[in-house]
Amino acid sequence: MTDQVLSVKAGYKKRNLHYALICMVLALLTLSLMCFELIYGKTVYTPAQIINAIKDTTGKAEGYFTIVTLRLPRTIIGALAGIAFGMAGNTFQKLLRNPLASPDIIGVTSGASVAAVFGILILGLSGSIVSIMAVVSGIIVACVLFFLSKGRGFSNGRLILIGIGAQAFLNGLISWMLLKASEYDVPTALRWLSGSLNGVKIEGAGLLAVVVICCSVCILLLTRHLQVLRLGDDFAVTLGAAPNMVRIALILLALLLTAFATSISGPIASVAFLSGPIADRLTGGGKDNMLSSAFVGSILVLAADIAGQYAFSVRYPVGVITGILGAPYLLYLLLRMNKKG
Amino acid sequence: MKQKTLFTGKILILFTALICLLAISMFLSVTFGAKHVDLRSVLAAFKIGSGDPYEVSVVSARVPRTAFGIIAGAALALSGALMQALTRNPIADPSILGVNTGASFFVVCGISFLHISTNSQYIWLAFIGASLTAVCVYGLASIGGGGATAIKLALAGAAASTALQSLVNTVMLPNNQVMDSFRFWQTGNIGGATWSDIISLAPFLIIGFICCIFLAPSLNALALGDDVATGLGLNVKLIRLVSAFAGVLLCASTTALAGPIGFIGLMIPHFVRLITGPDMRLVLPLSALGGAGLLVFADVLGRVLGSPSELEVGIVTALLGAPVFVFIVRKVKVSAL
Repeated sequence: MTDQVLSVKAGYKKRNLHYALICMVLALLTLSLMCFELIYGKTVYTPAQIINAIKDTTGKAEGYFTIVTLRLPRTIIGALAGIAFGMAGNTFQKLLRNPLASPDIIGVTSGASVAAVFGILILGLSGSIVSIMAVVSGIIVACVLFFLSKGRGFSNGRLILIGIGAQAFLNGLISWMLLKASEYDVPTALRWLSGSLNGVKIEGAGLLAVVVICCSVCILLLTRHLQVLRLGDDFAVTLGAAPNMVRIALILLALLLTAFATSISGPIASVAFLSGPIADRLTGGGKDNMLSSAFVGSILVLAADIAGQYAFSVRYPVGVITGILGAPYLLYLLLRMNKKG
Repeated sequence: MKQKTLFTGKILILFTALICLLAISMFLSVTFGAKHVDLRSVLAAFKIGSGDPYEVSVVSARVPRTAFGIIAGAALALSGALMQALTRNPIADPSILGVNTGASFFVVCGISFLHISTNSQYIWLAFIGASLTAVCVYGLASIGGGGATAIKLALAGAAASTALQSLVNTVMLPNNQVMDSFRFWQTGNIGGATWSDIISLAPFLIIGFICCIFLAPSLNALALGDDVATGLGLNVKLIRLVSAFAGVLLCASTTALAGPIGFIGLMIPHFVRLITGPDMRLVLPLSALGGAGLLVFADVLGRVLGSPSELEVGIVTALLGAPVFVFIVRKVKVSAL
């Protein structure tokens, strides 16, 4: 082997190691935020008390209600929803090769939210049926968006513009249903328009966990093909990938993730949009960053939730905080894109 | 010659149709709602004949709302038409560009931090907010090659309105847990208007309307390009400045009292232009007429969709207008995006 090949191989190994290291750090950060979310609050519990309360089945341990009924679901669902939004957003962005093409900007998340609101507030359903409705509605909205932006040649720009229009329309529908269901209060409205972890129940967590684990494993397995797709369709076919199959599979998986998470926590603003680019920044962008963006999503949701609860004199829902984070980045992104021309 | 009469005929038909829309909407707006009122009481409210005193008072309570709807709709449509002419961009509209949200953000801040409470103060703040947003969004969109293209303008506007919307949420949440007033600054509503509101708004709107009347011919010349317009003896910079001022003034003063109402300025001028062509002398007055009719109609529709309560008119216009926006975006060529 020549020196050049050796040095390329060494560089490849080094980058892989670097990526693994960053993922580890991010995972540790996620875990510590989860612990913090459990420990900190109006009453601060020790780790031992928390473990006792979680193990306890009789419901009599100290702080059982606060820990198991209030903080635990919030923590678990926050982490899972973050993973779901982060990974789904990154998948969309990498597939469409545009940082603006994340599901929350092109309106897919709102599509899932519409079905969830319809199921929960109008039909009075709960549990997995709502999630399935959200998935179906998310898929329908995505199909309609792609179909509408296709005429005379597909363009990302048109997809994004149509997505902005779709978003306005879907949010109008959500507001209408909120009014019709006489649930016209600020917390409910904010949950379904910008996402919130207030009052989430542990029942939702099991199904979400199964979906998140299955879908993320599938996405991670498909990442190899995604990297081949980046070379262009002709190359990909030669190298043995089936470009359209991979695309459809990835989009379906991303939609499943988004829709399930949305049906439980509402469309947490900007997490899908922010996670991918932040992960790219951290790892240098050569990789597809699925795992790292999943952790970044999780960190964003947990940190924003903690900040929303304790950093201000008023308790803000998580979606309001992430929304504020997302907006300046969107402006910065536009500034950079426009400068490049 | 024959073509000319055909064109005049089309304009007349459009004019009649818009007048009919406005008349029907006005009639529905005063009669329709939680309490239905018959024609006799409506006439009685205007001192023609006599009717049930209770119904008469219901009608007179609905009249300022209708009147405000007419004025606000006309102002928003004119503002949209001006912005589209100014930016030469079919999707420019006070709501798409985030100008309405900018106005409402400033008013919300004024209410929470400066404790202002009178309409005239609202209007000034709304005007400052709207102008700043308009300048920033347009500036952001024109950076880089190609100037302010449709997509750059829409994205900059969408980004700005998302940013401002989340700021509005943050300012409103601690002060207001009441849904009605919280929603008010997110999606506009003309339900709370009174005669004194309309009177305090009037001078600003009249200035805007007068600017529009004088601007129309110059905007036609401007559409030929800056060079030609200069050659025809126009002061291009002045025209642009005045039309931007008028456009922002019209939408800001409406937003100050009604909250951000979207898509009127996008839909109406677009449909009017489909029939009249680009002549601003026709587009502006017909847009004003159509905007007034549409906003009052959307307000009535909100009472139907939201019964027994009512749906804010801003939500109704979004439901009606977003498909139109998608339709327009689909028509724009890929190369332009």
